[in-house]
Amino acid sequence: MNGPAKFFDTFFNAGVAAKYLPDILAGMGVTIALGLAVAVTGLIAGLGLAVLRATGRAWLALPIIAFVDILRALPPLVIIIIFFFAFPMIGIEMSAFTATWLALSLVLAAYAEESLWGGIVSLPRGQTEAARSTGLTWWQAMTAVILPQAIRISVPPLTNRVIAVAKNVALGSVVALSEVLNLAQSATSAAGNPTPLTMAAAGYLVLFIPAMLGARRLERRFQWRT
Amino acid sequence: MTPLLELAGLRKAYGALEVLRGVDLQVFPGELVCIVGPSGSGKSSLLRCCNRLEESTGGQVIVDGEDITRAGVNINKVRERIGMVFQQFNLYPHLTVLGNVTLALRKVQGKAQAEADALGMAALERVGLADKARNHPAQLSGGQQQRVAIARAIVLQPKLMLFDEPTSALDPETVGEVLKVMRELREAGMTMLVVTHEMGFARAAADRVIFMDAGAIVEQGPPADIFGAPKHERTRAFLARYTAGH
Ligand SMILES: Nc1ncnc2c1ncn2[C@@H]1O[C@H](COP(=O)(O)OP(=O)(O)OP(=O)(O)O)[C@@H](O)[C@H]1O
Ligand SMILES: [Mg+2]
Repeated sequence: MNGPAKFFDTFFNAGVAAKYLPDILAGMGVTIALGLAVAVTGLIAGLGLAVLRATGRAWLALPIIAFVDILRALPPLVIIIIFFFAFPMIGIEMSAFTATWLALSLVLAAYAEESLWGGIVSLPRGQTEAARSTGLTWWQAMTAVILPQAIRISVPPLTNRVIAVAKNVALGSVVALSEVLNLAQSATSAAGNPTPLTMAAAGYLVLFIPAMLGARRLERRFQWRT
Repeated sequence: MTPLLELAGLRKAYGALEVLRGVDLQVFPGELVCIVGPSGSGKSSLLRCCNRLEESTGGQVIVDGEDITRAGVNINKVRERIGMVFQQFNLYPHLTVLGNVTLALRKVQGKAQAEADALGMAALERVGLADKARNHPAQLSGGQQQRVAIARAIVLQPKLMLFDEPTSALDPETVGEVLKVMRELREAGMTMLVVTHEMGFARAAADRVIFMDAGAIVEQGPPADIFGAPKHERTRAFLARYTAGH
């Protein structure tokens, strides 16, 4: 076999691809499901934390600040390992899926809280005051005036962070999560051929390029109209 | 006649700093009262205590016979009856002009969109900006933004309007349009308490002028007296500085 033919036989082997396609697709399904679940729970939790912190109560703010700093300091891999291997020792068992989902959700929540909080405090005090002066409650002012603006400000950092955290789903392989990269690696050893890894890489491109394009559109849509 | 707004021994301190030292003031229905005084004399603090954007540390704020500083008062209900206009306009940049004006109608008064829009358009009509209803605040001049802020307050049909230096952030050429809207409001019978550095407006439009210094009312009376024959040395010094263009 000449060079190019060998290259194709190694990385784009049709026989191997056909054999392991179901595995790769199943793995992609897990990766997509987990990525979406993490995005939803992480963003909602981050929003909730930012709003709690905005109430201005120190006994709420201090634990939130501590949580955010700790989760941003720890490598996500370590958090997944703690949930999966350490928590059973104190009687909390969870599946690989749950451990990865929970760990990555908390990490995203920490970053999302930080971005949204930054957006909230960047708004002039007069915004809340104007709303309150017309009879809106604190909560109404928060939901109708403050959050819509704070979320817009946070969209660019948040979209980038969501994509970064979604790629971290691959870290679930340390707890034997059947996400796409893990299955591709097993298939590669079993077949003695790296074509499954090529397929996984293609899967990532198919998933994340649209996600990035969507993020860019979202950022444009949320820019100020002037 | 009973006052619409009465401050009785009003005190305000920020920590150890006393900025209102027992202010007594009555504003009667239909009156336009201007507050003038040097920077830091407590004018904004006084105004902001009237709708409890700032909590007073002593004395009473009586609106329409009700002491609004008492515990158990529903301050949000009270605020529907007291409109406020700020130096920096504080329009909501993410909403259209009409959205700014109708937000409280919808959220606070629970009005349906169509009814809120109709009332909002009528308020914008009054400040001469109905044609800007679909624009965003950033597309308007300062004077136009301040008129929208006035519409946002009057749409709730308040009994009292508070203005905190409504023209101080404006380009000179747009000051006039805002003062004109304020004069029209007064002619329509609105009760107004206005902190201002526009001595010309105070002299021409006010029923009464209050001169404040160091957290207390030094002197008050009809504009002709305050500007024509001030009794206190501090008033004279302040006015002299102002007419000299401080
Ligand atoms: N939130 C605050 N915390 C601490 N001190 C404050 C606060 N707000 C105002 N002050 C102080 O209280 C005093 C009175 O302020 P206030 O804003 O009422 O004055 P003012 O008469 O409106 O002045 P200006 O003409 O500059 O607007 C000033 O010394 C000011 O520095
Ligand atoms: Mg002031």
